[in-house]
Amino acid sequence: MKNLQTVGYAALLLLGLVAPFAVYPVLLMKCLCFGLFACAFNLLLGYAGLLSFGHAAFLGMAGYICGYTVQSLGFPPELGILAGTATAGLLGLAIGFLAIRRSGIYFAMITLALAQIVYFFCLKAQFTGAEDGLQGVPRGHLFGVFDLSQPLTMYYTVLAIFVGGVWIIHRTVHSPFGQILKSIRDNEPRAISLGYDVDRFKLLAFVLSAALAGLAGATKTMVFQLASLTDVHWHQSGEVVLMTLLGGMGTIFGPVVGAIVLVLLQDWLTGFGSWVVVLTGLIFIICVLAFRRGILGELLALKARML
Amino acid sequence: MKQFRPAVLAAALAGALVAAPALADVKLSDGVVRIGVLTDLSGLYADISGAGVVEAVKMAADDFMKENPGIKVEVISADHQNKADIASTKAREWIDTQKVDMLQDLVTSSVALAVVKVAAEKKRIAIVNGAATSRVSNEDCTPYSVHYTYDTIAMANGTGKYVVKNGGDSWYFLTADYAFGHSLEKDVSAVVTANGGKVVGSVRHPLNTSDFSSFLLQAQSSGAKIIGLANAGGDTINTIKAASEFGLLKSGKQKLAGLLMFITDVHALGLNATQGLYITSAFYWDLNDETRKWSARYFERMKREPSMVQAGNYSSTMHYLKAVKAAGTDDSDTVMKKMRETPVNDFFARNGVIRADGRMVHDMYLVQVKSPAESKKPWDYYNVVATIPGKDAYLPLEKSACPLVKK
Repeated sequence: MKNLQTVGYAALLLLGLVAPFAVYPVLLMKCLCFGLFACAFNLLLGYAGLLSFGHAAFLGMAGYICGYTVQSLGFPPELGILAGTATAGLLGLAIGFLAIRRSGIYFAMITLALAQIVYFFCLKAQFTGAEDGLQGVPRGHLFGVFDLSQPLTMYYTVLAIFVGGVWIIHRTVHSPFGQILKSIRDNEPRAISLGYDVDRFKLLAFVLSAALAGLAGATKTMVFQLASLTDVHWHQSGEVVLMTLLGGMGTIFGPVVGAIVLVLLQDWLTGFGSWVVVLTGLIFIICVLAFRRGILGELLALKARML
Repeated sequence: MKQFRPAVLAAALAGALVAAPALADVKLSDGVVRIGVLTDLSGLYADISGAGVVEAVKMAADDFMKENPGIKVEVISADHQNKADIASTKAREWIDTQKVDMLQDLVTSSVALAVVKVAAEKKRIAIVNGAATSRVSNEDCTPYSVHYTYDTIAMANGTGKYVVKNGGDSWYFLTADYAFGHSLEKDVSAVVTANGGKVVGSVRHPLNTSDFSSFLLQAQSSGAKIIGLANAGGDTINTIKAASEFGLLKSGKQKLAGLLMFITDVHALGLNATQGLYITSAFYWDLNDETRKWSARYFERMKREPSMVQAGNYSSTMHYLKAVKAAGTDDSDTVMKKMRETPVNDFFARNGVIRADGRMVHDMYLVQVKSPAESKKPWDYYNVVATIPGKDAYLPLEKSACPLVKK
């Protein structure tokens, strides 16, 4: 079983390595960025049972910080991404600190409200360029060596970041810390009665998730060389919920599948305008009605039944 | 063919000589000139740009191919949903995978700025028609970008200056509270004060406001003669509707000045609500025979008269295609050089010139919206009050913040 898993991961990695030769790399990078974003979100929703409705704040803010530090302060790309990630982590600490005091719908509403504050901050602040956003962020050279303006170099950098991010999530979920998170998700009073400081674990999970979402956002800025209000808008917070549910909440790779499906849909349907929204809504309805575990969740369940 | 026929041979040779250069003198990178139209097909700018722009560009391509059967032109389009990231992804993908040679329209300021950067990086020509921000030909100019139809400065120099000179010397601004609104307010304020007027005050409203009553009351009580609307699209429409409901214009003491309005806005609002408004426009379908002739053809396809953006898209596409033909290649540098060298003379512009900063300088028109009684037929909306020479409408080249301008 363990071996099978390793083989599976190796196959996926191989797929990631050869994919840019078959598919347009920028599209793949977009899939990877949103995949990582959805995975980070899933860490909170799928494993700690916390439905955040403000994750766009982390994605977008990290993007802005990364873009600003690289473009205006002349940071190299790796430092820019780090700065973005760290900012998202700190923001996660502040928002999480306030939000984890409540649960359920109240938790979601508090995160949404705080994320809206971040949105309006980005709209008003000077360095974000407001409506116009940041454009033409230079990709530069990674570690001063690798020229990121080459599509393949950029792709493998993004792939490495993605693999790193997912590996962190994988390790977190399968660590004792992850076990405690799951126990909090399933039965919080019991976790408290066992002597766990539940708030601390929740906060830590929140910060971790925010920082990883920030990592995705900062990387996205490097890929597209821009940061815009779209990424801090609450639509984005809704979209990541959709990605996670569609792909399979509480599975490691489910959100990635969901993200890929959604990104491809958006890409194919650009000619149809607002139908994208209608179609994603329909898919969401079908998903909730017909396969609640999500695409990957259903497949895993099917496998479990067959074995 | 036993008999030697010199005449036939000579004719054939001459034909070959004439025909060969005609085929060979335009070298296209992949045998076809591909134009990508990135526009808003579903959102708030779908009326001023949108499907009309796609049609206008196709029209230009068809007209060009009819005259030059040897050059194949292909038009593709996509909806950028007013999102800079979708637009820049699409632009990148088009250039990388579909070999798009020129990008067109780019309505919405953030979209224009993002795509212009991508295009410059990939050395492809980007012609901005729909977007207003003057940054395109100032701090964000590139060697491959053209800002064709209008910009915020031209709007300010048009409506702003004229209104002040005709007695509208005290202004109050109703400004959409975001970057575009702020810069429009700033540009117009500068023009107003430079011409001896004064700005009494301003109130800022959030983007996409539906209830303008309190803002209009503030504007009314300011006592300013002119209420300048530094907003666009749905916001402008809602302000004017509310002003008309309040009877703001009937008192005769105050007038509205729509600082960025299109004929499609007037069409949507109706003449009752808009009569008497001053608008700066790059184009009006009923200007002269040439504009009427072109607009009639457009009307046949779209069943509505063109906005200035749609007309600008046709004109700029044609200018580009002619430059490709004249340059004999679709290489961006050569074509850009040709486009700058050749003045634009068509139904849209007279002696229009593309400057080093990418700004296409051409005459603008100050128009006043007709009253319902004056309007004789559908789309008969404007009285042309003045023609603003291009050099007065646009920022002088020496003041351009574009780094490409040698000083």
